[in-house]
Amino acid sequence: MKDAFGAPQSLLVLGGTSEIGLATARRLVARRTRTVWLAGRPSPDLEAAAAALRGLRPETDAVTVRTVPFDALDPSAHEEALGKVFAEGDVDMVLLAFGVLGDQGRDEAAPLAAVRVAQTNYTGAVSAGLICANALRAQGHGSLVVLSSVAGERVRRANFIYGSSKAGLDAFAQGLGDALHGSGVHVMVVRPGFVRTRMTAGLTEAPMATTPEAVAHAIEQGLWRRSETVWVPGAMRLVMSALRHVPRTVFRRLPL
Amino acid sequence: MSDAETSTEPAGPVTGWGRTAPSVARLVRPRSYEEAAAAVRACGTRGGIARGLGRAYGDAAQNAGGAVLDMTGLARIRSIDADAGLVVCDAGVSLHRLMEVLLPLGWFVPVTPGTRYVTVGGAIGADIHGKNHHVSGSFGRHVRAFDLLTADGTIRTVLPGTDLFDATTGGMGLTGVILSATVQLLPVETSLMSVDTERATDLDDLMARLTANDHGYRYSVAWIDLLARGAATGRAVLTRGDHAPYDALPRRARRDPLAFRPGRLPAAPAFVPDGLLSRPAVGLFNELWYRRAPRHRTGELQRLSAFFHPLDGVPHWNRVYGRAGFVQYQFVVGYGREDTLRRIVRRIARRGCPSFLAVLKRFGEGDPGWLSFPMPGWTLALDIPAGLTGLGAFLDELDEEVAGAGGRVYLAKDSRLRPDALRVMYPRLPDFLDLRAELDPRAVFTSDLARRLGL
Ligand SMILES: Cc1cc2nc3c(=O)[nH]c(=O)nc-3n(C[C@H](O)[C@H](O)[C@H](O)COP(=O)(O)OP(=O)(O)OC[C@H]3O[C@@H](n4cnc5c(N)ncnc54)[C@H](O)[C@@H]3O)c2cc1C
Repeated sequence: MKDAFGAPQSLLVLGGTSEIGLATARRLVARRTRTVWLAGRPSPDLEAAAAALRGLRPETDAVTVRTVPFDALDPSAHEEALGKVFAEGDVDMVLLAFGVLGDQGRDEAAPLAAVRVAQTNYTGAVSAGLICANALRAQGHGSLVVLSSVAGERVRRANFIYGSSKAGLDAFAQGLGDALHGSGVHVMVVRPGFVRTRMTAGLTEAPMATTPEAVAHAIEQGLWRRSETVWVPGAMRLVMSALRHVPRTVFRRLPL
Repeated sequence: MSDAETSTEPAGPVTGWGRTAPSVARLVRPRSYEEAAAAVRACGTRGGIARGLGRAYGDAAQNAGGAVLDMTGLARIRSIDADAGLVVCDAGVSLHRLMEVLLPLGWFVPVTPGTRYVTVGGAIGADIHGKNHHVSGSFGRHVRAFDLLTADGTIRTVLPGTDLFDATTGGMGLTGVILSATVQLLPVETSLMSVDTERATDLDDLMARLTANDHGYRYSVAWIDLLARGAATGRAVLTRGDHAPYDALPRRARRDPLAFRPGRLPAAPAFVPDGLLSRPAVGLFNELWYRRAPRHRTGELQRLSAFFHPLDGVPHWNRVYGRAGFVQYQFVVGYGREDTLRRIVRRIARRGCPSFLAVLKRFGEGDPGWLSFPMPGWTLALDIPAGLTGLGAFLDELDEEVAGAGGRVYLAKDSRLRPDALRVMYPRLPDFLDLRAELDPRAVFTSDLARRLGL
């Protein structure tokens, strides 16, 4: 159960090697979280991530960290994989953290690669999101935290494949939040700007770039306030609300 | 369709008095013992929990995804023995109602908390204490018997001195649903209180005054200002007293000595600006309140409601804390651990928690309930807005101090304790868990509090 400050005791990270996902897990383990599920494609990285989380409280073996095979691109297996997690006990928080950036230039020329971006970021999230939402609804409590992106808020020419997948995800998550209103389940959409991670390594940094730790901090705050939308950094909200109104003829030419 | 089903209300988010951590459950309002039994049978896999008037601050009377049995539909006073001072009533009867009915007969509830709006079931479930704990013990000590609906669907009459009695008093509803209880009352000559008030200039002065002559009063409590820093830390107003004897009444009041007339002000507004709870605003309030109190006054006649339940005059006062809600931190540390108390008070004062008046009281002997809160020592309770930055970690640190001194925090107020801290604080927890495992192996009775703390 979450405590009065929204700190969860159990956490399921979808996208178990996501840097933002793991930064959040570390932060929450430092508070109340004692059960963590890392869902992702089986890999040494996933196991290493689990071991690192366990290592945060080695003294007492106090945190239980388990991995579960999960592939966003294989929705037909989601029900069973995630069902197993919920069958083991309540999950106070689900963090939907998987996603791929793709390579805009290459993907424009290779539609099937673009489709994989869409299938991972959007279709995979629709499937996993609905399954988790139903399980949380049955519990009568819990938070579903969805990692969206400012890239979906106003889609740019430079990364519209990724951006549109996040736009779809963001809209889906908002609708899901409304659908779950009054069910005891809280849906929170997190919209970070440019986050310095492996995924963005080598890209030119956008202004107001942030870190996985900062996103994790914002998520913790959002849980506490029961926020529906969280921007990271917070000032991004103002920037985006201005950008939203820039006419397309101008927007197209902005050096973004 | 049975009546229990027809009285199922649509699900809605449920919280405790502090309005934190809402969860959704099926609300069932049984109106008879049979309906209560049917509701327990129909609980389903996520179980059920009894709820009284929801005055526990945290998540004790909520049950995410399961059933919450609103017991206020079972509110009959079954019989009163006006000679022996015994009342038999349903668990959903409030202490307010008992006062209305019993005072004119010259009887008062044996223990009352800081609000009259709690049920008899809730009073037993949390084994509540009042300002008279140092002489009278907890509520459970005055219960002569209760009927308990257990997980197997049977109704058992439970008597003091048995394991089931001691597990249920303070057991936070987790042994079953209390349906009715027999309570021993206190005889009174009037409905007024004779009150002595004095000021203490700091915490040490306060502790000295309380220690010196608490035993001379049936009721004793100190309101303490935790925002005053430096030398004034812990300055306080002590109010102590007893039921006024008939002879103490002025002639006019003698005509109707047992009249019960609680005043009621308009409800607190639903929306309150955040600035109201800023440190300076709360500090100013505490300052004015301290100055208003007389330095020393004896034998003042006060209404029961003014003495025991000043906050009940403002319905929904919990709304002043806004959307984030608030937590109450109440702990006890034993006599001889005054250093821990001083340290905690200093830490709270230094941190500047915008807390309206905290309450300090001395407890008497511990009570037999396995999870009962009181133990001989000092108990301090304070309200803090849940939106205060870093509060979670700060209270964890206080827990360490409390547990390290052999003390504990009160579950009826709790919404944030760590399960491992609970184990240290309540040494009889293993007995409680064993009894529960035997009595209710499928955990029919469970609550958000139980899930959070592994009860
Ligand atoms: C302003 C204020 C002042 C307070 N002052 C004090 C004080 O001075 N001393 C003190 O001890 N407490 C105090 N309290 C706390 C309060 O007395 C307890 O939380 C009490 O349990 C509330 O009773 P309730 O009927 O509202 O129960 P709820 O809050 O609805 O439930 C509390 C617990 O009792 C259980 N319960 C309720 N009914 C039944 C039943 N029929 N069968 C089995 N279990 C049941 C619930 O499952 C839950 O675990 C105060 C609370 C407030 C809001």
